[in-house]
Amino acid sequence: MNSNNQDASAATPPVLSAHRLVKTFGHVVGLDGVSLEVHAGEVLAVIGDNGAGKSTLIKCLTGAEVPDEGVIKLDGKEVQFRRPQDARDVGIETVYQTLAVSPALDVAANMYLGREIRRPGVLGTAFRMVDTKEMRARATEQLHQLGISTLQDVTVPIENLSGGQRQAVAVARAAAFGSRVVVLDEPTAALGVRESNHVLELILRLKEKGVAVILISHNMPQVFEVADHIHIQRLGKRAATITPESHSMTDAVAIMTGAKAA
Amino acid sequence: MSGTSSPPTASTAALDLASQFIDRRTPLSRVRGVLHRFPAISPGIVLLVAVVVFGILNPRFLAPANLSLITQQVAVIGILGVAETLIILTAGIDLSVGAAMVLSSIVIGNAVAGLHAPSVVGLIAGLATGLAAGALNGILVTRLKLPPFIVTLGTLSIFTALLLLVSSGATVQGTSLPDLVTWTGGTFRVIGVDISYGVVLMVALYLLIAYMLGRTAWGRHVYAVGDDREAARLTGIRVDRVLLSVYVLAGAIVAFAAWTQIGRDFGSSPNAATDANLNAITAVVIGGTSLFGGRGTIWGTLLGALIVGVFRNGLALVGLDVLYQTLAVGILVIAAVAIDQWIRKSKS
Ligand SMILES: Nc1ncnc2c1ncn2[C@@H]1O[C@H](COP(=O)(O)OP(=O)(O)OP(=O)(O)O)[C@@H](O)[C@H]1O
Ligand SMILES: [Mg+2]
Repeated sequence: MNSNNQDASAATPPVLSAHRLVKTFGHVVGLDGVSLEVHAGEVLAVIGDNGAGKSTLIKCLTGAEVPDEGVIKLDGKEVQFRRPQDARDVGIETVYQTLAVSPALDVAANMYLGREIRRPGVLGTAFRMVDTKEMRARATEQLHQLGISTLQDVTVPIENLSGGQRQAVAVARAAAFGSRVVVLDEPTAALGVRESNHVLELILRLKEKGVAVILISHNMPQVFEVADHIHIQRLGKRAATITPESHSMTDAVAIMTGAKAA
Repeated sequence: MSGTSSPPTASTAALDLASQFIDRRTPLSRVRGVLHRFPAISPGIVLLVAVVVFGILNPRFLAPANLSLITQQVAVIGILGVAETLIILTAGIDLSVGAAMVLSSIVIGNAVAGLHAPSVVGLIAGLATGLAAGALNGILVTRLKLPPFIVTLGTLSIFTALLLLVSSGATVQGTSLPDLVTWTGGTFRVIGVDISYGVVLMVALYLLIAYMLGRTAWGRHVYAVGDDREAARLTGIRVDRVLLSVYVLAGAIVAFAAWTQIGRDFGSSPNAATDANLNAITAVVIGGTSLFGGRGTIWGTLLGALIVGVFRNGLALVGLDVLYQTLAVGILVIAAVAIDQWIRKSKS
């Protein structure tokens, strides 16, 4: 299912790559020289035990953490993300494990947080007035396009939503604005079966559009269903990168737990 | 109300899962949901009831002269409350706005009366003082990552020492100040009620800050930072920049409070307004702004300041001692925070 993408991507540099990233927190080594690459139109799954460094890895890739050492490249060119906005500016959107939504703000305000649309004309330029109506209309449209049906009213504050609905907002935000790379840190953890399948469909649609997707998940069947490559993270290091064709789920779990070498 | 949380329109609410989550609970929790969404409702009710009750207890309460007095008493605390609201919305607290205000008023008074600077220059010096005070707090909070409580506890002492130093402990009388400097104390008459220019200044500041909080991206970022700072950071908001801007803006507002204070006291004194800072916090809290940040409105603070003014004035008119006014304010504060805690439970 992924062979055509692989052939095309061999020639062009990966849209996002990391080379020997190191990140320590005091004495704790979060990342110990991890490399990773993902091509346009490819789904890269990242799996690993709790505390293996998956979230730390993607935080370094999206400007949420600054790695101590290592190089991050975008389209083959070295970049430095000092803050999340830097990654967002180049089309990298992230659903963090903690979701990163503002509870008191409504759905539309959250989707447009940090990229507010201003009113046309002097109201927007001189008086910096935001166009709440326009943002609500666009957010409704985006949710509709993404087929997210659990959120019909974008004026509801996030704190009045269920855990799964909040997760849907975070996923929708990333999917709607991620033009190059969409990073999802356990996006289906709080979702029901139907909603989880929806997110998987969404991932495949992003892939079709040529967006690179990095998916962190503990759900092996899910991972094997959508991933082109699987990055196995173990004790702060990359244990292996496999494909669903080259290895079985049992193999992957064995590498993940250290029962088997890659 | 903040522009981000107006009620859903009928069209979008048609088949809405999320609002069912609110509505299927008990009537009490429905009340809680509404209060959660519109935190200015409860202080609004309190103010209305207080005005009616005091009006019945003593008809003189509603006399134009008395209403005018209340608004003038409220102006300084009302303006300081704007600054305090901004900081509390970011989940901070400012113990230094009162001292910064007196420092600013001393700078204005001494520049104009002592150094014979033109009025405008004196007022600009006062504004610069407020801005510098706010910037100092903001830099300490964002660069040194110290808790706002500690930072402003320290700057409270620093500003107090500075104001004693600059004033040498002496009061500048209004008679030695030009009209522009005491302009805020002047009044004009609207349907029998004398309104001071300080009150006009206060209303203008409320309108301005309400607009900024409710209608600009900056306002949304202030709420987001106070609500969940890490989430705000991860969504790409420059948290430190937002915080610094809030402290500096609060400093500017403090300078306007200083100008109003000079007009009201007809002079600038190092011993003025010693309880202003706590009164400002009281107004914010009674106004329904959460001390945990991210929730509340500037209009709530205006209601809070009016409630304190109305209680003090009304209880005095009824003939009760000052100690009962203070007691009443204390009870109001605790009740307001208790209600806030109860409202926040609806989040779960
Ligand atoms: N901000 C931090 N401060 C200190 N230690 C941290 C911090 N963030 C992560 N760590 C540590 O780094 C290691 C990797 O954590 P990380 O969150 O990346 O794991 P993970 O693979 O995402 O786990 P999970 O599956 O539970 O989400 C852990 O040992 C964790 O304790
Ligand atoms: Mg994680």
